[in-house]
Amino acid sequence: MAQFKEISPNATATQKLANWFDNRFPTLGAEYRKHVSEYYAPKNFNFWYIFGSLSLLVLVIQIVTGIFLTMHYKPDAASAFGSVEYIMRDVPWGWLIRYMHSTGASAFFIVVYLHMYRGLIYGSYRRPRELVWLFGCAIFLALMAEAFMGYLLPWGQMSYWGAQVIINLFSAIPFIGPDLSEWIRGDYVVGDATLNRFFAFHVIAVPLVLLGLVVAHLLALHDVGSNNPDGVEIKGPNAKLDAHGHPVDGVPFHPYYTVHDIFGVSVFLMVFSAIIFFAPEVGGYFLEYNNFIPADSLKTPLHIAPVWYFTPFYSMLRAITTEMMYALSAILLITVAWVLIKTSASALTKALLVILAVAFLWMFGTFDFLGIAALQGIDAKFWGVVVMGGAVVILFFLPWLDKSPVKSIRYRPGWHKAVFGVFIVDFVVLAYLGTQPPSPAGERISQLGTLFYFGFFLLMPWWTRRGEFKPVPERITFAAH
Amino acid sequence: MSDTPVDASKRTWLIASGCAGVVGGAFTAVPFVSSLQPSERAKAAGAPVEVDISALKPGEKLTVEWRGKPVWVVRRTPEEVAALPKHDAELADPQSKRKPDELTPPYARNEARSIKPEVLVVVGICTHLGCSPGDKFQPGPQPSLPDDWPGGFLCPCHGSTFDLAGRVFKNKPAPDNLQVPPYMYVSDNRLLIGEDKKSKA
Repeated sequence: MAQFKEISPNATATQKLANWFDNRFPTLGAEYRKHVSEYYAPKNFNFWYIFGSLSLLVLVIQIVTGIFLTMHYKPDAASAFGSVEYIMRDVPWGWLIRYMHSTGASAFFIVVYLHMYRGLIYGSYRRPRELVWLFGCAIFLALMAEAFMGYLLPWGQMSYWGAQVIINLFSAIPFIGPDLSEWIRGDYVVGDATLNRFFAFHVIAVPLVLLGLVVAHLLALHDVGSNNPDGVEIKGPNAKLDAHGHPVDGVPFHPYYTVHDIFGVSVFLMVFSAIIFFAPEVGGYFLEYNNFIPADSLKTPLHIAPVWYFTPFYSMLRAITTEMMYALSAILLITVAWVLIKTSASALTKALLVILAVAFLWMFGTFDFLGIAALQGIDAKFWGVVVMGGAVVILFFLPWLDKSPVKSIRYRPGWHKAVFGVFIVDFVVLAYLGTQPPSPAGERISQLGTLFYFGFFLLMPWWTRRGEFKPVPERITFAAH
Repeated sequence: MSDTPVDASKRTWLIASGCAGVVGGAFTAVPFVSSLQPSERAKAAGAPVEVDISALKPGEKLTVEWRGKPVWVVRRTPEEVAALPKHDAELADPQSKRKPDELTPPYARNEARSIKPEVLVVVGICTHLGCSPGDKFQPGPQPSLPDDWPGGFLCPCHGSTFDLAGRVFKNKPAPDNLQVPPYMYVSDNRLLIGEDKKSKA
C-alpha cells in the first residue's frame, strides 16, 4: 500500500476531500493527470482535429438516446413498426429522442469519415501509431455492423429489404454461404427471429465491443502521443523538452484543447440541432421515405438503396459484373507479367505467383480450362462481395502501404494533393451512384471508380515514394494567436 | 524471476490441463452458436399452399405466400409462350441446366419452365441478393430496359432482368434463373405449391 498522505488542518474543505480520495483511490487522480491535465498534445492542431472528440460526443448521444428508445420500442415483427410510430406520436418528446438517434447515426459517419480523412492526409497511421489506426478501423467496422443492425429495427420496407440484400451477400460464399445466411437470419427469410437478434446485437453486444475498442484506441493514442498537421514528433527522441521535461511544442489537453473542443462541440450542436428540428429526413438521405411503409415480405420497393453512409461500398458491389471480371483478369495478367519480366523476385516467388494467378483466373471463370468443376467460375456476385469487403479491409493495411518519406501532406509533392483530391471526388461519386437506381452509364462510372479506389491504395507503395518532397522542419510550425 | 529450475512435470500438467480447459470452453460455444439456427417453429412453418387459378386471366399474375416468400403464378398468353425460344441467345441459362436440383424440378425443365406451357410458377425472389423483381410484361423499349425487351421481370435492386419464363439474361448480377418451387395440379385449376408427386418439400 502506498504511503498515507496527511494534509495540513488549515487546508480548504475541497483540498481535504481531494486528499481523502487520493489516499483511497489514487488511480482516479493519476489517470486524470495522464489523460487530461498532463496529456501533452501538439499545439498546432487545426480544425481537422475536432472530429475525434466529436465522434466521442456522438457516441454518448447515441447511447443515451438509445437507452430511452428501448424503453418504448418492441423488438417483435408484429409490433416493431407500430412501436416506432408510437414513439413518434404518443410518447412525450419521443419524436425528438428518435430524431436525435436517427440523425446521430448519420452524424456519426460524417465525423468518422472526416476523422479518417484527417488521418490519411497527415499520415497519422504511420509508425509508431499503427495500432491506433488498426483500433480505429475496427471501430469503423463495428460501427458499420451497429448501423446496419439498427436500421432493421424500425421494420419499414427499406429496413426489411436492405437486411434481406446484405444478409444474402453471405450466401455468395462458396460451400458454406447458404447455411451461413440462414444461420444469421435464424429463419428462411428475414423475420421475427432476425429482428429479435439484431435488437440484441444493436443494443448490447456491438456497443460493448465498440466501447472496448474506443478505450483501446484512446489508450494507444495516449501512449504514443498525437500526430499533428506537420507530422513532426513532439515527443520523439530528438524532440526539445522544457525544464520540467514536457515537450516545448505541446500543451496540456486541459485546458487548451478542452476549450478548443467545447467550441467545436458548440458549432457541431448548432448544425446537429438544425437538422433535427428543420430537416430530420434530409431529403430521404438520413431517413429513407420507403421506410415509412411497414415491411412487406412479398413486395420489394421499386428503388432500394442503403443509407448514404454505405453507398460508396454498395456501388463497388454493384460494379462487379461479368464484364468487370474480364477487366480484373486482364489487370491480374498484366501485373503478373510485369513481376515476371521487370522484377528480380526469386524463381520460387515467381512460380508461386503464376500458380496463384492461374488459380484466380480459374475461379474468376473468365476462361474455361482445366475442366475441374469445384470452385470454377464462382459467380461475379461472390467477387462483388469480396470487393465490397476488401474496400473496408484495405484500410487496415494503410500503415504499411504508404511509403512516403514524410507523414504530412504539407511536405508531399503538389500532385499528391491532387491524388487525394481525386480520391475524395471518387468516394463522393461512388456514394452518389450508390443511392441511384442502376443505369448503364452509372455502372461504367462506378467500375472506373472502383478501379481508382483500389488503385489508390494498392499502388501506394509505388506512387507515395515518387516526386519532390519538401524538407520537414525540425519543430512544428506554429504562430501564437 | 527466481533461479529455481522449471519443474518439467508440473509444466506438462499445466499445459495439459490448459489444453483441456480450452477444448471444454470451445464446446461450450456449441449451444450458443446453435441457438441462432432456425428454430423448430420456423422449420415447421413450411406447409404447402393451395391456390385456385380459375380467375386468373391471360397476362395476369397472382402472388401467394409460401414459406414467407412470394410465389408468382402467371398465366402467359399463347403469343408470349411462342416468343420464349426467340431470345435464347441472350439468356445465361436458357435450358435451365445450372443447379437443376435446386432451381428447376424435372417437370419444369423445358422452354416454358412449367408443367402447363401457359402457367408459370416461380419464386419471386431474385437469385442475386433476394429482392423481389417487378413486372415488366409490356415488350419494347422502356426505362432501365433494352430496346428489344421481350417482356419479363426487372429487379429494382441491381437491375437483373428475367424473361417470362423466369430465365435470367446474360451479363446481369443475378447468376441463376428464378427458382421454380415444387408444385402440382390437384385439379385443372387448383395448384398445390410446395409439394409435388415425387418429393414432399
